[in-house]
Amino acid sequence: MSPTLPRLDPAAIGLTPAEYEEIRRRLGREPNALELRLFGVMWSEHCGYKHSRVTLRALPAESPRLLQGPGENAGVMDIGDGWAVAFKVESHNHPSAVDPCNGAATGVGGIIRDVLSMGARPIALLDSLRFGSLDDPRVRRTAAGVVAGIAGYGNCIGVPTVGGEILVDPRYRGNPLVNVVCLGLVRTDRLARARASGPGNAVMYVGARTGRDGIGGAAFASEELDECSEREDRSSVQIGDPFTGKLLIEATLEALGTGGVVALQDMGAAGLICAASEMAARGGVGVTVHLDRVPLREQGMSADEILRSESQERMLLIVRPEAAERVAAAYHRWGLPATVVGEVVAEPELRVTHGDRRLASLPPYTLADAPAYRPVASEPQRLWDLWQIEPLPDDSGPQDALLALLASPGIASKRAVYEQYDHSVQVRTVIAPGAGDAAVLRLPELAPKGLALSVDGNGTLCALDPYRGARRAVAECAANLACAGAVPLGVTDCLNFGNPEDPEVFWTFRQAVSGLADACRALRIPVVGGNVSFYNESPDGPIPPTPIVAMVGVIDDVRLSPRMSFRGEGDLIVLVGDPSGDLAASTYLRVVHGLDRGRPPDVDFELHQRVLSVVRESVRAGIARSVHDISEGGMAVAVAESAIAGALGADVVLPAAPRRDSALFGEAPSRIIVSVGEESAAALFALADASSVPVSVLGRTGGDRLRMTVASAGPKRTDIDLPLEALRRAYDALSEVFR
Amino acid sequence: MRIGVVVFPGSNCDRDCVHVLRDVVGQDVVEVWHGETALEDLDAVVLPGGFAYGDYLRAGAVAATSPIMPAVRAFASSGGPVLGICNGFQVLLEAGLLPGAMVRNRGLLFQCRTVHIRVESTRTPFTRGLREGQVLRLPIAHGEGNYYAPAALLETIEEAQQVVFRYCDAGGRVTPEANPNGSLRNIAGVCSPQGNVLGLMPHPERAAEEILGSVDGRWIFESLVACLEARVPVPVG
Repeated sequence: MSPTLPRLDPAAIGLTPAEYEEIRRRLGREPNALELRLFGVMWSEHCGYKHSRVTLRALPAESPRLLQGPGENAGVMDIGDGWAVAFKVESHNHPSAVDPCNGAATGVGGIIRDVLSMGARPIALLDSLRFGSLDDPRVRRTAAGVVAGIAGYGNCIGVPTVGGEILVDPRYRGNPLVNVVCLGLVRTDRLARARASGPGNAVMYVGARTGRDGIGGAAFASEELDECSEREDRSSVQIGDPFTGKLLIEATLEALGTGGVVALQDMGAAGLICAASEMAARGGVGVTVHLDRVPLREQGMSADEILRSESQERMLLIVRPEAAERVAAAYHRWGLPATVVGEVVAEPELRVTHGDRRLASLPPYTLADAPAYRPVASEPQRLWDLWQIEPLPDDSGPQDALLALLASPGIASKRAVYEQYDHSVQVRTVIAPGAGDAAVLRLPELAPKGLALSVDGNGTLCALDPYRGARRAVAECAANLACAGAVPLGVTDCLNFGNPEDPEVFWTFRQAVSGLADACRALRIPVVGGNVSFYNESPDGPIPPTPIVAMVGVIDDVRLSPRMSFRGEGDLIVLVGDPSGDLAASTYLRVVHGLDRGRPPDVDFELHQRVLSVVRESVRAGIARSVHDISEGGMAVAVAESAIAGALGADVVLPAAPRRDSALFGEAPSRIIVSVGEESAAALFALADASSVPVSVLGRTGGDRLRMTVASAGPKRTDIDLPLEALRRAYDALSEVFR
Repeated sequence: MRIGVVVFPGSNCDRDCVHVLRDVVGQDVVEVWHGETALEDLDAVVLPGGFAYGDYLRAGAVAATSPIMPAVRAFASSGGPVLGICNGFQVLLEAGLLPGAMVRNRGLLFQCRTVHIRVESTRTPFTRGLREGQVLRLPIAHGEGNYYAPAALLETIEEAQQVVFRYCDAGGRVTPEANPNGSLRNIAGVCSPQGNVLGLMPHPERAAEEILGSVDGRWIFESLVACLEARVPVPVG
């Protein structure tokens, strides 16, 4: 135990001279070396949101159903009849770059405990992953490690991984993205918060003991990765233990049931010091922490190490003194340590002591409220050039193009991945990964109600137009939810960007946030919280701007939610929405012609809402036999996916277009394919008519081949005529990578 | 009937089993904490899936030595029906209540998907209500479900009709392609010599309601309840 540390250079712990001055100003004195280190981690970008906070104010956070918005460990929304959902997304990009398996695993564990901190039982996980080209052996190793980490942790802890997405772009080579979404269920009268209160209340440490792993992890997450990161930053990566994580869930829910827990928070990024200072700052009280009482895994840990350790599966509770014994008993029953390590005091002062020595004494807000910056933004001029797609390559070989698209990593089946994840534990999963556009969970508590979940993002579009790309991500999520018959409830977002001090990177950030804000306002849903991950750069350069959106929706009757698979011979295949697609920024141009160009089509949210409402109504009316959103790869890919999933062919004629490939593979939002029995067609048309939404009958299901023709005035020809087996083989391209 | 569901630290499917037995099959269910040493007034015991004790050492190895297990053993030897699902099956193997062992899946990866299993024996209380040759569609979710037994033991359990389920295709054919994990002879479930202890890797509790896509798992629980209600005697010895 060494209370004093050698004098520190602020720059060595990531603080600027101006920040050091600000610390002196706030304290009215020089910080001691320990205090300075605490500022170093609490004022890291990861904990302090220094470069994002001002911009994030643009995001809407109003809804009559909002019970908890940004500022807590997860957002919470009312789903009626005394129940609420808590959800949040968080990134674990840097740890996953250095140690893919442990990095991803602890990402899962961390977000589960954020949701648990709201008093909710975690019931679902989704992951949004980005990797470099899977032809690169190093990327393959990273990807396999990340998947193994998610599987290893999620399966053992007993929370089903019900959905997610994986996209591939060479620009993620040195800096993969691992964003994990967790959703929990909580009775509204059991909702917990992380706001310390009540002088005299006990500060209780529960869960795993503190070790030397993950020290400075939050600071590490706030730096760019370099060639040496893999070797040198290993000690910044935490090691997870899902078994302890599982015990912590059960014990914490039991402890919350005693009614004696006033507040709680995960000891995640920046560990004990973060949980203590944030809880105290939220409640406007002080907290005293006695380091000699903290359960340790190793001998001789310094005060700094104990305070900043990011050892996993630990939480900090504020407990009424008379309930302390009962709360501790719940943890002991599950074999976990629970120790009173401090107390709440009225005076807003965070004190750290060891025995009778006082090691640090600071107002909690000084740590918890990092300074907020307004970085310089400048629009990259080269975007204009990238929007030019003329002259377009020849439109030839639609069959080969379709097979190439189906085999491309973004579109190909992720079966080899999601079969490694337990997606059916907790007996709620109605639409499992790969079966629909959104994951669907039933809620036996509120039967026949259910939830639909989707996570989406498209860095490739955002690299071409971050504003539109972000709007497209929100639109896509909402469309996926509508396919399940769900009404959107709220959004959590994970904003993955490069270095915010680079004006061009910051411009993309501001544009993306503004796109998210406008889109969510248009849909009248709040952003309940989220996460910002900056400094996603490697020696190859920054990643594409990648806002990831996770949306939760409510389904009135989960029994009616259709899958994306065609169901019966002779059903009508109907396009709801405008038939015209755009080749600009399309997956087709990128995958088939190697052109990463064009300005992504924007979303008309007024039209979007009407299209989604027609689809939702068709689901509620029980007439939609299959529903599938048209996204990457356009109409041809959407029809092919429904055919593959249903093991049922189709014969379709697409409306005429200036180019055959734009009809087949062009992309645009607000287009959904619904299949209906012949007898229900009139009802679907009536729904569309009532909302003035265009609909067109494309053809019928049946047989074991996919036939597609683009209508034209010329001689009759079939553009695509392939056996389902050939489509299935192409669609299964990833099975070799992940098995 | 009163059915106990054992809760080990790390059990994940305990709540799912309680839900199905109580809300779907309509039985009286009690959770039995692993630290207890007696099973009071129970008609049957279920060891649920999950990762008991984190599956440290080997899957089920630590749980097999937990305080409740002597009582489970005594219950089983007095003819009481005991069902081990997934990790519960692994615990029963480690406890020596069922023959054989589990090793890591062929291919080493966790597998979560729907499989078909064929009923090979209707001599257990859990399968008495089923037909021999009947095909059930159930989910699996495991990393160590590759059933192994030495050749002599395999012969013994085959002869004694202790193989209760085998992985098969939708048509009931037992083929190598239908084997998700490399289990010897496609074995998905085995029972004790008396038939009252059954372990299986697939999860019947995840396929007991229409909304979840299959109700085939429900028949296993219904069969148990019917046997208990009819007081079908289980041979002891």
